[in-house]
Amino acid sequence: MRFKRLWAILKARNLEFFRDKSAFGWNFIFPFLLVAGFGIIFGGKTYTEYKIGVFPAGSERVSVEALDIPQRFKEMNHLKFIGFPDAAQGLKKLKHHRIDFLIKTGQGPHQYWVSDSSPKGYVVEQMFKASLIPPEIEPNAEKKEIKGSAIRYIDWLFPGILAMNMMFSALWGVGYVVVRYRKNGVLKRLKVTPLTAFEYITAQAISRIFLLMFTLVVVWTGCDLIFSFVVEGTYLNLFLVFFLGSLSLTSLGLVLASRGTSEEFTTGILNFISWPMMFLSEVWFSLEGAPQWVKTFASIFPLTHMLTAARKVMHDGAGLIQISPEITILSLMTLGCLVLGAILFSWNR
Amino acid sequence: MNPILEVKNLVRHYGTVVAVDDVSFALEQGVCFGLLGPNGAGKTTTIEVIEDVIQPTDGEILYKGSPRTPSFKEEVGIQFQSTALLNFLTVRETLQTFQSFFTQTVPVDELVELCRLAEFQDQYNDKISGGQRQRFLLALALINRPELLFLDEPSTGLDPQARRNLWDLIRSIKAAGKAIILTTHYMEEAQFLCDEVAIMDYGKIVAQGTPDALIRQHSRGTTVVIPKDRFKPETDSFPLPVSTVKDNVEIKTEDVNQCLEQLMAHGVNLSDMTVRSPNLETVFLNLTGRQLRE
Repeated sequence: MRFKRLWAILKARNLEFFRDKSAFGWNFIFPFLLVAGFGIIFGGKTYTEYKIGVFPAGSERVSVEALDIPQRFKEMNHLKFIGFPDAAQGLKKLKHHRIDFLIKTGQGPHQYWVSDSSPKGYVVEQMFKASLIPPEIEPNAEKKEIKGSAIRYIDWLFPGILAMNMMFSALWGVGYVVVRYRKNGVLKRLKVTPLTAFEYITAQAISRIFLLMFTLVVVWTGCDLIFSFVVEGTYLNLFLVFFLGSLSLTSLGLVLASRGTSEEFTTGILNFISWPMMFLSEVWFSLEGAPQWVKTFASIFPLTHMLTAARKVMHDGAGLIQISPEITILSLMTLGCLVLGAILFSWNR
Repeated sequence: MNPILEVKNLVRHYGTVVAVDDVSFALEQGVCFGLLGPNGAGKTTTIEVIEDVIQPTDGEILYKGSPRTPSFKEEVGIQFQSTALLNFLTVRETLQTFQSFFTQTVPVDELVELCRLAEFQDQYNDKISGGQRQRFLLALALINRPELLFLDEPSTGLDPQARRNLWDLIRSIKAAGKAIILTTHYMEEAQFLCDEVAIMDYGKIVAQGTPDALIRQHSRGTTVVIPKDRFKPETDSFPLPVSTVKDNVEIKTEDVNQCLEQLMAHGVNLSDMTVRSPNLETVFLNLTGRQLRE
């Protein structure tokens, strides 16, 4: 291996990335927009909100204080009241799960509608029934406070969005780009030079990892200025997790880039891998309580392990020992993908 | 003199299709060797096998008397028929990038001057004209001071002026002692640039030799062409064979003097006459019964 050759291709790839202003800008703007968007939507609130339809009401926007429904129900958190002129319009929305619960205003006995197939509707129904219990009846339960600061939804979501962005950038930035270069003959031109396949794919991987880390630092800094994320563990460990994560995702991208000359087929394969990874790696929601086979299936994705470790460091203050299983798995995945990518790589097929 | 390259009984199959069928030739230093043939004749496959882009099905390729080693790539320069390059790099940066791949290199400024790249060297490599692009790709092929240069259809798609400029450039490279293998379907290009030509058809070499020798061997006679409206005598009464092609009358002869005497004796006005010597196109036509660019 000649460092001069590797450096030349690494430099060329980085210049391509930084000079492609639209793609370059999008790499920074997209995750920032996502985080900012969620920050605006949820603010300090939790992300679960129950929508309660009330009728008759003059407009969709209703004054909660003026509503003639049980006082304690009105005072409950996470409820949003939406007005309807009559029952028919409210029921239509309820049927289509646009609202979770429908109640007629007025004195008791209260009339309400709820869809039997709606889990959220069931929860609201229980909340509504509880609100009818006189306050003087003491519940047989004692509330305990959570020690330490609570984790905001944005704190939970942020590493997921960053990791998802890294995944798309790694898979498409390596997988798609190399296939495109194979298709249009750039790789064929490189093949007839002394540049080796190992030097080429190493340069691609290093370039992408550098760009991923660079993007990570810029987006993190920008978002942190606005949202002040809480990191219980050390930034060094967090950086290590993201670094290993980007390494494993880039290696996976190299496997996808190792063969093929069809951009359409590669797009299909990339979607086939990235979409399940996005939904099952706990980017958007937790898999807590999901069937075991779903959790097992999710564990084949590097993104799952990167996110688990990142959240452990961020939210639980985990050190290297606590995240060692994820670090080991990510390292093994990287090694496996690199070996496979190197074996399969072809310049022109 | 030992040949720099020997190709022996080269065969390349694509499934049941035989793209290259038992091709053999040798090339000496300082010689420009042309593979001439129509599209699909197997020219590009032949040189891509020699370049080590494609594996041969059978046959032997010797470079300086031995099978090719990894150092082969250091010593040859290659210009593909169509090549995309790394995006968002200028012409100069692309040359510098490729320079880093090789041990022995030509200074970029020297190549810029030789191939006349100065006026567009700071433009992105995909934002230059066709003629500029071919000169730039030639410069890339020369970056490692190659002893053997492969040029695959170097002037395809160029206008006549740009083609002539490129030919002059290739001639100057040949004059510097490089061996060149060139594929083309332009017989003028082969005649202008090549010392030796192999005519390929359906994957086989059907004739090989210097352009002059091939013409002498496979295409005798000269064609005298006269506009139809200037040819007064009845074609049947004219002592030489006459054929009508579009608006012209063509007379094939092995003795131009005798032909001209007969024409003047029959009172033909020769002021718009043209005399066409046989060329490689004629050779190909005579050998295969088809035009080169059919």
